[in-house]
Amino acid sequence: MNTPSNAVPETSVDARGIAPAAVSATRPMYWSVRRELWENRSLYVAPLIVAAVMLSGFLISTIGLPHRRRAVLLLGPAQQRAAIERPYDMAAMMILATAFIVGVFYCLDALHGERRDRSILFWKSLPVSDLTTVLSKASIPLVVLPLIAFAIIVATQADMLLLSNAVLRMNGVSAATPEQMPVFQQSLILLYGLVTLALWHAPIYAWLLLVSGWARRATFLWAVLPPFLIAGLEKIALGTSYIGSMLRYRLMGHMETAFASGADWRIGSMAQLTPERFLSTPGLWVGLLFAAAFLAAAVRLRRDRGPI
Amino acid sequence: MICIEARGLRKAYGTTIALDGVDLRVEEGRILGLIGPNGAGKTTALNAILGLTPYYGELKVLGRDPWTERDLLMRDVCFIADVAVLPRWMRVSHALDYVAGVHPRFDRAKAESLLAKTAIKRASKVRELSKGMVAQLHLSLVMAIDAKLLVLDEPTLGLDILYRKQFYDSLLNDYFDRSRTILVTTHQVEEVQDVLTDILFIDRGRIVLDRTMEEFESRYLEVVVRPDHVAAARALRPIHERQVFGGSVLLFDRADRQQLAALGDVRRPGIADLFVAVMGSPNQAQGAVR
Repeated sequence: MNTPSNAVPETSVDARGIAPAAVSATRPMYWSVRRELWENRSLYVAPLIVAAVMLSGFLISTIGLPHRRRAVLLLGPAQQRAAIERPYDMAAMMILATAFIVGVFYCLDALHGERRDRSILFWKSLPVSDLTTVLSKASIPLVVLPLIAFAIIVATQADMLLLSNAVLRMNGVSAATPEQMPVFQQSLILLYGLVTLALWHAPIYAWLLLVSGWARRATFLWAVLPPFLIAGLEKIALGTSYIGSMLRYRLMGHMETAFASGADWRIGSMAQLTPERFLSTPGLWVGLLFAAAFLAAAVRLRRDRGPI
Repeated sequence: MICIEARGLRKAYGTTIALDGVDLRVEEGRILGLIGPNGAGKTTALNAILGLTPYYGELKVLGRDPWTERDLLMRDVCFIADVAVLPRWMRVSHALDYVAGVHPRFDRAKAESLLAKTAIKRASKVRELSKGMVAQLHLSLVMAIDAKLLVLDEPTLGLDILYRKQFYDSLLNDYFDRSRTILVTTHQVEEVQDVLTDILFIDRGRIVLDRTMEEFESRYLEVVVRPDHVAAARALRPIHERQVFGGSVLLFDRADRQQLAALGDVRRPGIADLFVAVMGSPNQAQGAVR
């Protein structure tokens, strides 16, 4: 009854010539990720709002910009660059933090919301495996959000640069030079930072997905309280804080393993990237093992658990 | 071809036994009604067939094990759990895109033409649709899938009479053909009576009655007995007796029609009447089976 033309929807992303086996593997994945974006528009709306707020803040700051820039240009080259780049770094950090928060809350709801509203019965009536579903949900914080953050940060910074250069030129001050504002290099550093951060935080997101597939309610409490309590128990019972420092290392340890940062935490040159050290850190691989175990458990739970 | 085959199907939730050794064999091309009181195990049986719950015993649906091969099975099986499971945030156009994207047997043109007969707008979100429209949307999606088995669990729950009638009409006219199988559970027994080819009564996790509609129609007769004939009628061993205004109604299994006609007005019982007869009195129910 099906004609081939009916089987292919309006998008041409999947070519018609793909063998059936390949179709069955990639198409459900592709559409599952798309459906996550339909459902969770905050994934890109929240970073966009933050970017817009940052841009309007920057717009206000251009009032005194020519005056401040003349003062900055009296400094040495390194300080010049630091001062000029500060608002750009600030905007990037805000958007990155937003992406992290959005990712955390996305994961906590990802396998919980579909059980709460019983829509899991609709999703399970379609030929999409639990593995595909869980992987498509895991790909949101690990792949999709970093890409969204990258695109929004680069676009925001480009807008900021064009805006400030225009204001400066109108006031007879020279625009930022490539030495003061190495746009391409900073984008590469950002991309490296996003990839390494996603790998470093993978066990956190996988843990949140696992809890969202397991807990019947209060997913945030179930995700956060147990690690917190275990750390407190260790401190009181044994007087040590191995667990606490492990958790802190997982949350914050990315910068110290992926970058050789100076005292001011600024990353200004490609020489500060330390991919060899990052890849040879046992913490990375242990974390990825945990992430794989958490995701495997989440796949099992997706099969076993029904509507709440 | 055998569509569903179960042997000794069991399932317990804690100490509550939901399925207590169910044997089932459903041939291709049947419309089977699974009928039972609340808590009889209907939904558990469907969930086992759909790979939504693990079970003990043997179960093959279209030759597959539903629990381990749910995603492959769902290429050939469709189900509507009840009217409330379509995600409320989803747009109608998204639903079409998504099902077309993941389902190799989905005929988008057919779904579009089914939707065109309704008042459902493509840009609407599910939460903006009435309950009846959500059921129409779900049915349009499901009927556009070239599946071998369609499972409906209380599909018309909460719908008004017009939507309910329309639901089964379009299912029969636009969807069913002899190569498909439909398994439906419902409490609205009267409205599926003319639709079904087979009936299956389930109670406390066991199959208590298994009949084709031909058997049902040829075996069971109901007589409105005049008061002076009640004793004579009771002597013919009815399987159930109920009092109505102005007389007794007795239900007979495999009785002689001529003989009954002498006692009162003979008529064909509804499935609901047989259901009450079989479920209402556990002792007599044993006699009703075979």
